Amino acid sequence: MPVNRFETEGQEQLKSVRFRQERELDWSELERLVNTYEKEGVKGLSDEEILAAPILYRSTLSALSVARSTSLDRGVIDYLESLCARGYFFIYGSRSTLFDKLKNFIGGDWAQAVRTIWPETLAAASVLILGITAAFILYGQSVDWFFTFVAPDLASGRDPTATAASLRDTLYHNPEDGNDFSFFATYLFTHNSRVALFAFALGFAFGLPTALVMAYNGASLGMMFAVFASAGLSYEFGGWLTIHGVTELFAICLAGAAGFHIGRKMAFPGNQSRLDAVAKAGLTAGTVMAGVLVMLFIAGLLEGFGRQLITSDVLRYGIGIGTGVVWFAYFYGPRRVKAMAT
Amino acid sequence: MTTANPTTEKPTGMRRSFVTPEGVDLQLEIGDASQRAGAFLIDFAIIIAALIGMSILLLLAGMGSHEFGGIEWVGIVWLLIAFVLRSFYFTFFELSAKAATPGKRLMGLRVAARHGGRLEAQAVLVRNAMRELEVFIPISIMASGYSTDTLDAWAYVLTFIWAGIFTFFPLFNKDRLRIGDLVGGTWVVRAPKQALLRDMAQDGARMAQKYSFTDAQLAAYGIKELQVLEQVLRSDDTDTLRSVAQRISAKIGVRYRWDQSDAEFLNAYYLALRGTLESKLLMGQRRADKFDR
Repeated sequence: MPVNRFETEGQEQLKSVRFRQERELDWSELERLVNTYEKEGVKGLSDEEILAAPILYRSTLSALSVARSTSLDRGVIDYLESLCARGYFFIYGSRSTLFDKLKNFIGGDWAQAVRTIWPETLAAASVLILGITAAFILYGQSVDWFFTFVAPDLASGRDPTATAASLRDTLYHNPEDGNDFSFFATYLFTHNSRVALFAFALGFAFGLPTALVMAYNGASLGMMFAVFASAGLSYEFGGWLTIHGVTELFAICLAGAAGFHIGRKMAFPGNQSRLDAVAKAGLTAGTVMAGVLVMLFIAGLLEGFGRQLITSDVLRYGIGIGTGVVWFAYFYGPRRVKAMAT
Repeated sequence: MTTANPTTEKPTGMRRSFVTPEGVDLQLEIGDASQRAGAFLIDFAIIIAALIGMSILLLLAGMGSHEFGGIEWVGIVWLLIAFVLRSFYFTFFELSAKAATPGKRLMGLRVAARHGGRLEAQAVLVRNAMRELEVFIPISIMASGYSTDTLDAWAYVLTFIWAGIFTFFPLFNKDRLRIGDLVGGTWVVRAPKQALLRDMAQDGARMAQKYSFTDAQLAAYGIKELQVLEQVLRSDDTDTLRSVAQRISAKIGVRYRWDQSDAEFLNAYYLALRGTLESKLLMGQRRADKFDR
């Protein structure tokens, strides 16, 4: 028996066609909102649109479920899958503004993350100090070791062959007689940030390369110190270093510690799966790293401006120790539990 | 006939189960290796181009200012911009609403948190900090070159292999995770813009009156063939339409009259077949393809 449901039932449409026609307007409205959001962010949307979005999203999502099980129109299913995925990222994307994020970060997340990785921080600091001590011992044995550990562009003339007077001169350089100093400071800031990012990234290989980078950087610092110490300038070099070095070395220790943290969770994930443990460690480490960049920037300012303008040793020590106290109080000092954002 | 519901089927190929809080599986598609590499190369080219353009501009500006310290100022700006470009280009774009760099956007990709939920700023920072390990170390190793000393050459090869493990990590896991994705808890999924295509059943409705098909004729094909037919109708290519129409009419034993075009016949058959298959679907019978009985 020939079947022609379209003759017998007139122009009746398929259920799936009607289903699509009834909802098409809602879908295109959601698509418009998502397009605007992707182009301009939340601020491109009015209050009404923001309120309407979740409702449109949920109805579209339920349309996807229905379409998957009742419609054979591939075009509609593909469209809804793509729209729902984009809608999902829109609805469940981060709503907090940059200001909120900053407030949470400074108001507690940063210090919290730094406190979480205190064992690693201690380890990183020990490796750095080990590097410095080793450099001192090696320098005592042979001055030539200096050139193994300090790159010539970093030393810029401050090597064992320099005279005590010229070394002293580098410590109290006036901005007037050398115009390349703020360039040098910028170079140091970008260099240090890269060292920090590098030390962090290497942590992934179970932390061992991070330890090497930390020890190497400690060694080049120790070599530098040894050069000045052998010229009888250790007190002055201490001041020159402390004013920005407390912040900078602390930051580099934290970067190394963040790397160690990831390496540690890779090696010993505990009860979680390795992937989950690493991802969780990554969030903590990421917060620490954001802070490290802030600290390095402050260190850069202290180095570029503070050190050029302040030539008194006592003041240099004072500022250096002061920043150290502030950082310690901020990270490890007692605080109200309420203020902690998770 | 299979009765399984498609939404509970395990996704295959590059598709991954991704259940929203509403309980619907979005079945996101993972960006494959070639798309990822393409996106990266585009971004890399943009960074290099920006660096070169900026250098030229700054050089001109530096030559313009003859005052004392002009060159120094140029150097500072260059260092800072180069640093920001190298370390934060990716982070900056992935923190935006699109969660994708220009290269990713061109390839229809975006970054998402692997376990659902929102993409945290720290996660983006971390996934891109890891590029130091994956990209910049191999590049600096290559740039440093090696001496003719055998021991040096061996060390060079070994470091290269070591660096290569990180760089080519995405090829060794099924979700195409970079080291950065691993640590950031992220992955890269396809989220292309897809326009709503015309419903081919609407064309069929206009032409359906001229045809009638028997139950046996409508039992010749399943869902897979229906959707291929849908694509053929959309492509609207005369030659393809002709050969498909000939194949189908031969198989189901229909001769259509000279005044009826291939497109009309196919549209009508598409509508009738879809009606049949969809009404079966409502009864819980999903006929996957023509071999599925």
